[in-house]
Amino acid sequence: MLALLGIAVIVVGFVLRFNPLLVVVVSALVTGLGAGLDLVAIIEAFGKAFNESRYISIVWLVLPVIGLLERHGLQARARQVIANLRGATVGRLLIGYLLMRQITSALGLTSVAGHAQTVRPLVAPMAEAAAEQQTGTLDPDTRETVKAYSAATDNVGLFFGEDIFIAIGSILLMKGVLEQYGILLEPLQLSVWAIPTAIAAFIIHGARLWWLDRKLAQLRGPSAAP
Amino acid sequence: MITLQFVYVVTGIVFAAFALLSARDRSNAKRFGNAAFWGLLAVSFLAGNQLGDFWNGILVLLLVAIAGLGALGRGKPRTTTTDERRAEADRHGNRLFWLALIIPATALIGTLLFKRLPAFFESRQVTLISLTMGVLLALAVAAAWLRPRPLVPLEEGRRLMDAVGWAAVLPQMLASLGAVFALAGVGDVIGEFARDVIPAGSLLGAVVAYGVGMALFTMIMGNAFAAFPVMAAAIGVPLLIQGYGGNPAVVCAIGMLAGFCGTLMTPMAANFNIVPAALLELRDRNGVIRAQILTALPLLAVNIALIYFLAW
Repeated sequence: MLALLGIAVIVVGFVLRFNPLLVVVVSALVTGLGAGLDLVAIIEAFGKAFNESRYISIVWLVLPVIGLLERHGLQARARQVIANLRGATVGRLLIGYLLMRQITSALGLTSVAGHAQTVRPLVAPMAEAAAEQQTGTLDPDTRETVKAYSAATDNVGLFFGEDIFIAIGSILLMKGVLEQYGILLEPLQLSVWAIPTAIAAFIIHGARLWWLDRKLAQLRGPSAAP
Repeated sequence: MITLQFVYVVTGIVFAAFALLSARDRSNAKRFGNAAFWGLLAVSFLAGNQLGDFWNGILVLLLVAIAGLGALGRGKPRTTTTDERRAEADRHGNRLFWLALIIPATALIGTLLFKRLPAFFESRQVTLISLTMGVLLALAVAAAWLRPRPLVPLEEGRRLMDAVGWAAVLPQMLASLGAVFALAGVGDVIGEFARDVIPAGSLLGAVVAYGVGMALFTMIMGNAFAAFPVMAAAIGVPLLIQGYGGNPAVVCAIGMLAGFCGTLMTPMAANFNIVPAALLELRDRNGVIRAQILTALPLLAVNIALIYFLAW
């Protein structure tokens, strides 16, 4: 049971809003000590895992390109395109993005889009421009909400699309785990069962985006209507 | 042959540039904190395999010390104003989108093409290699078309990197924590606990415990991959599949997706929830999670219902 102390550290640390890096390291130390490992062994285990998972952080390579494009007006252009589009709303825009993200992920194209590649430079500014049109003036809280929904839509689209693709990591993991119990399945047998949830995710999140549009329309108020 | 090592060297050089540019940025009162933080990451990418496990661990502790002591500031390299950007957007028009699409397009084509050239590319890593190629290609095209001064792309990259700050390494840190959890046997304890709470003889109870357990344990671990083997071993295989005779494909595939609902609700899934909050400069670090909870909870209920009705 001592091994679970590390989980308690995580929960308390995140709730009390300590620096998350600090919380993670303290949790690793507590977990390791609770399991009877000595300090050097814990540092070594953590260092080894950190070195082996460097691939997670290579996404930051795209920042010089995104930053340069921002400097030359990429976000501004994304805003202009939406501002010139009649009838563009946050809901319609993000529902379209959700569908596109689900379909491309289902085809295995998970790294075609993402928070650094598409959400910050394109989707979020477009959504903000649409919200400005819908509400007249966009107050800071609503702007925050619209940006958060842009990131959320990318996550929902990715998570509930990618498992339809047969060669994605989670499908291969399930196949491997089942094999340990002598159950042999083809990836396709697993991936078809991701389709009902993908449809449900589109309906639920799409309904919430539609609801967001209604809330934005109310913000405009009767007096500001054209 | 081009391997993952090539990707790491390119990334290391970019982090080294961020470090050097931070060190000479007098507008940032904490410039040496930033220089040390990005510099340590550069060392990790360039020389991580030579450092050995212990010194990699020490490197992590130094990163954490810099972030934990609040020694990381935010550089403000000069960039264009809002008005200048509007003028630039008018001038360049939609061609800016094409330039932005070079990276994903190269990643896609490279992934498909390089797999067929195992003599030249490490075939297991083609996506990361082609992503890197896409970045280099986009930079080359941008340099030829927009003609920025040589340091400008790196300065613009550093502007965004400093906006993300310490959150940049949180996903990698959490993955490493997962390794320590595995070493300490955290999963086994959780699995035992999950088995204990199921009411005996209730199929619905077992399905609910499995689905909710996947989501909860995913929230603790930060990803469903770590939770799945544990919950499969505790409830999924012995009880639902072997005990009640459920369809293994349904139990596993939709169980995993129940876990993904947990991913939407936890700060531990930093790359999906905390990093975008930093990248979009939200005031609330948990803003993205807040926007996701009301999608995740009904979807979790749907997943549990789907397992219950489709597996038998």
